[in-house]
Amino acid sequence: MPYYRLKDLIKAIRACKTAADERAVIQKESAAIRTSFREDNNESRYANVAKLLYIHMLSYPAHFGQIECLKLVASSRFADKRLGYLGIMLLLDENQEVLTLVTNSLKNDMNHSNMYIVGLALCTLGNISSPEMARDLCAEVEKLLGSSNTYIRKKAALCAMRIVRKVPELQENFLSRAKGLLSDRNHGVLLAGVTLITELCSQNTEALQTFRKAVPLLVKHLKSLVSAGYAPEHDVTGITDPFLQVKILRLLRILGKGDVEASETMNDILAQVATSTESSKNVGNAILYETVLTIMEIQSESGLRVLAINILGKFLTNRDNNIRYVALTTLNKTVTIDMNAVQRHRNIILDCLRDGDISIRRRALELSFALINESNVRVLTRELLAFLEIADNEFKQGMTTKICIAAERFAPNKRWHIDTVLRVLKLAGNYVREEILSNFIRLIAQTTELNAYTVQKLYAALREDISQESLTLAGLWAIGEYGDILISGGSFEEEELVKEVTENEVAELIETILAGPYANQVIREYALTALMKLTARFADPNVIRRVRAIIEQYNASIEVEIQQRAVEYENLFQFDAIRPSVLDRMPIPEVKEETNRPTYDEDTTIKPRARTHDLLDLDSDEPIVSTPGQPSIVNTGRKEIDLLADIFGETSINTSAPARTTTAATPIPNTKDDIMNLFNTVQPTVPTTSAPLNNLGLDSLGLGGLNTSGSGGQPFVPTQPFTTMQADILQATPVQQMLVPTDINNMFPINQAVAQSGIYVAFDKDGFNMSLQPAKDTNNPNILNINVIFKNTGVGAVVENLLLKVAIPKTQKLQMEAPSSTTITPGGTATQLVRIANPQKTNIRLRLRLSYETATGVKVDEMMEFSDFPQELW
Amino acid sequence: MIRFFLLVNKQGQTRFSRYYTEFPVPPEEREVMEAEISRRCLKRGEQQDIQNRRYASLFFLIGFEEDENEFAILEFVQAFVETLNTYFDNVVSRMQIDLI
Repeated sequence: MPYYRLKDLIKAIRACKTAADERAVIQKESAAIRTSFREDNNESRYANVAKLLYIHMLSYPAHFGQIECLKLVASSRFADKRLGYLGIMLLLDENQEVLTLVTNSLKNDMNHSNMYIVGLALCTLGNISSPEMARDLCAEVEKLLGSSNTYIRKKAALCAMRIVRKVPELQENFLSRAKGLLSDRNHGVLLAGVTLITELCSQNTEALQTFRKAVPLLVKHLKSLVSAGYAPEHDVTGITDPFLQVKILRLLRILGKGDVEASETMNDILAQVATSTESSKNVGNAILYETVLTIMEIQSESGLRVLAINILGKFLTNRDNNIRYVALTTLNKTVTIDMNAVQRHRNIILDCLRDGDISIRRRALELSFALINESNVRVLTRELLAFLEIADNEFKQGMTTKICIAAERFAPNKRWHIDTVLRVLKLAGNYVREEILSNFIRLIAQTTELNAYTVQKLYAALREDISQESLTLAGLWAIGEYGDILISGGSFEEEELVKEVTENEVAELIETILAGPYANQVIREYALTALMKLTARFADPNVIRRVRAIIEQYNASIEVEIQQRAVEYENLFQFDAIRPSVLDRMPIPEVKEETNRPTYDEDTTIKPRARTHDLLDLDSDEPIVSTPGQPSIVNTGRKEIDLLADIFGETSINTSAPARTTTAATPIPNTKDDIMNLFNTVQPTVPTTSAPLNNLGLDSLGLGGLNTSGSGGQPFVPTQPFTTMQADILQATPVQQMLVPTDINNMFPINQAVAQSGIYVAFDKDGFNMSLQPAKDTNNPNILNINVIFKNTGVGAVVENLLLKVAIPKTQKLQMEAPSSTTITPGGTATQLVRIANPQKTNIRLRLRLSYETATGVKVDEMMEFSDFPQELW
Repeated sequence: MIRFFLLVNKQGQTRFSRYYTEFPVPPEEREVMEAEISRRCLKRGEQQDIQNRRYASLFFLIGFEEDENEFAILEFVQAFVETLNTYFDNVVSRMQIDLI
C-alpha cells in the first residue's frame, strides 16, 4: 500500500532497522510512484513528486520524475509550480535535453503577475540554466532588474550574477543596470547588487574602471551602516547588517586594489570601521577581519596598515582558537610586506608556540622564522632553541635547517654561531640534514681562532651523549682534525671543573663510540679516519699502539668500505716517512658562494657565433637580440628556439631540449648544394635542433626574414648552436669563416620580395579560367599574396555570383579580400586577393571551391586542390 | 564563493549535500570524499578552508574558496539555522533525532 503523504513515508523509513529494510521500502514506494505517474493523476502528482524528491535526497534513482516536474510547472497552482521548479533544480542538470522544454515555462512565468512565481522562475534559471537558455532569457532578466518590485529586483540580480558566472559574454547587458542597484534602499537588493558587481569586476577589468566611480557611494552606505542606531530589521547582536558590511568591504577591496585614488577615498571609513566595531562576538570579528584584509590589499597609508596589524595582534590574544589561527595565517602573509609592525607582537607569537593546538604551533613557528633579523636574532634563536627541545618530531628537521640558516645569515659573531649550531646538534642531532652538518664543519675549519674552543666543546658534548648522529659525526671530525689542540690546550671546562684531556681518554672515547649501539656505517667511517689522523697528532706510543689495534679490528669487517679503509690505513703505517704529511690538517675550504650561478661552459665556444651575429645584424626586427647575456639561458634557449622556429619555419623543432645541449651532431651532407639553394627551405634531414640556430647565424649576414636553409651556416661552425646574444666585440675572422664557400651575392636579395611572379592555372573548364599569381609580401616574408584572376574566356554568357572559397592546412592562416567584381562579362576578368600566412613554412595546399552562375541559368560548382606552388614561396 | 555544503551526523553519515561548482569528482567518489572530509572535521584537526559548526548532533560543513571570510561563513550558518528554526518550528530540538 503506497504511503500517501510524504510524512508517512519518512516515518516508515525512519522505522526501518536495517539498510536492507530501508531499500525495500524505498523500492516499493518508487514502483508505486512510477505507476501513479503513468496513470497521469493530477491530484496525487504533487504528493508523489514530493516523495520522489525525498527519495532522491537519500541518493536513490529518481530520474523518471523529470517529466512530472515539468507537468507540475505547467499547472497554475502556486504550490505545484513551486514543487515543480524545485524538482527541476534537483533532478536535472544543464546537460539534459529536457531542460529546453522548460524554457518556455520560464519565460511565461517571468512575466507573471505574482511576484513569487517570478521569483521561482528566476531562481531556477539562475541555478541550472545552460548557456543557450541563458542567452535566450537574458533579456527578460535584464528587464526584471528594472522592475519596481524589490523582491523581484533582488532575485533578478542574483540570477544575473549566476548567468554572468556561467556565460561571461553576457556581462555587458547587465553593466548599466547593476550600477542602478547600488542606489537602492532595500538591503536585500543592495546586497544582491554588490554581489553582482563583485562578480562583474572580478571577470572584467573594464567593468572595474566603471565601478571605481561608485566608490564614494559605497563608502556612504558603509558609513550609514556603521553609525546607524539600532535597526531591528537588520540587526545581528548589536551590529547592523554585518553581511552587507562584509560584502561592501570586499567590493571596496577589489576596487581599491592598485588604484591610489579610490584607496584614498576609502581610508577614512576603513579606519572608522576598524575602531568602532566591537570584537567581543564573532560578528564583530568577521567585520574586523574583512577590514584588515581590505587594508592590506589596497594602497593604504602606513598608519592604516599599522592599525590593521594591531587588530591582528589583538586577535592573537583572543581565547578562541579559530581567531588566533586566522590571525597567524594573515600575519604570515603580511610579514613580508611590513615586518616592523609585526615585530611588536613578537612576544605573543612566541607564546603561541606553546599553544595546545598543533596547527597554531605550526603557524606560529613559520611566523617566527619570518621575523628573524639582525637585532632580534639572539633572543629569537634562544626561544626557538627552547622550543626545539619540546617540539614534535615532525617539526624538528625543518627547524634545524631554518635555525642554522638564520644563524648563518644573522650571526653577530662566530662564536655565537658555533654555539648555536652546537646546541642544535645536541638537541636534535638526529634530525639534522647533511648540508647543515657539512656547513658546520666548514664553519669550524674556517674559524681557526676558535678551533680550540670548538673542539673542546665538541669533546665535552660527546662525553655526555653519543646518541645524536650529527653531533657524533661533527665531533669525530673535529677531534680527528684538531686532536693535538685538544690535548695541548689541555683543559676544558665542564661544569666548572677544569679537566685534563689525555690522549688515552680521547682514544677511549672513540672506541666507545665505535662499540656503542648508535654507530652506523657513516659513524664508523668517520671514526676510523679520525683515529688515523690522531696517530699523526699524538705522541704517546702506547696510545698509538692502541689506536692501531682498533683499526686492525676492522680489517675483516663485512662492510666493504670499512674494510677497505682499515686495510689501507694499516698499510700506511709502513710508510712512516710520509705518514704525517698525508694526515696533515686539511686546507681550509673557501667561502661558499651564496647564489647559484649557472655554469656556462659553453660560453667560450659560443662567442664566435655571437660575435658574428652582432657584426652582421642588419635585421632590426630580430626578436632575439634584445636580451643581453642572461643567466637563465636554458629558458630563453627554449623561447628562442620557438622564435626561430617561427621565423624559419623549421618543422623539425619540436623538442624541448634547449639547443645548447645538442651539439650539431649531424653534419649536413649537402653543403655546397644547399648554399646554392639558399632560397629553398628544404630541410630534409636535420633532426637536431641546432639547425635553426644556424639559420640565425646565416641570418645575421643580413638575410633577414628569408627562409633560408640553415645548412648554409653549418659547414662553418660544426658544433655549438648558440642562443644568447652577448654584445661582444665584433671580429672579422669569424665572419670570414662563415663566408667561406658561399656566394654572398646569392644571399642578398633578401628583403625584397622574391618576386616569383609565375602564374599558375588552377582551373580551366568550360571557358572559365582561374589562375593564381603568387607573390611574397614585401613586409612580411611569411605572407604570400596570391592574386586570383578569373577570366571569362568562353562561357558564352555573363558570369554572375562568382564565389571562391579557399581552405588551407591548419598551420596556416587565410585572409581573403572581396573580389573586384562578382560578375564577369564574356572576355572580361575579375581579380581577388588572397593572403596566406605561413609561419611554419609548411606546404601550401589549397583547396579551392569555385561557384558561379551564368545568365543562361547554368550553375557551376567545382572543387579542386592546388599545391603546385614552388617551395620558395612557402 | 561557497563550494559545497554538507550536513553530517555524529557517525559520519552524510545527511544532506549540495555542491555549487563543477566538482571534478564523479558521484561514486563523492561519498568517499564526503566521508573523508567529515572524518577530518569530526577529529577537529586541521581545517583548511572548511568551516564547521556543530548544532546538537549535526555538523554543518561548508567548503569555500580561499578568499572568503571565515567568520562571515560562520555567521551565515548561524543565520541559516535560525531561519530554518523560525520557518519549521523548533528545528534545534528536532535535530536531536536527526530529522531535517
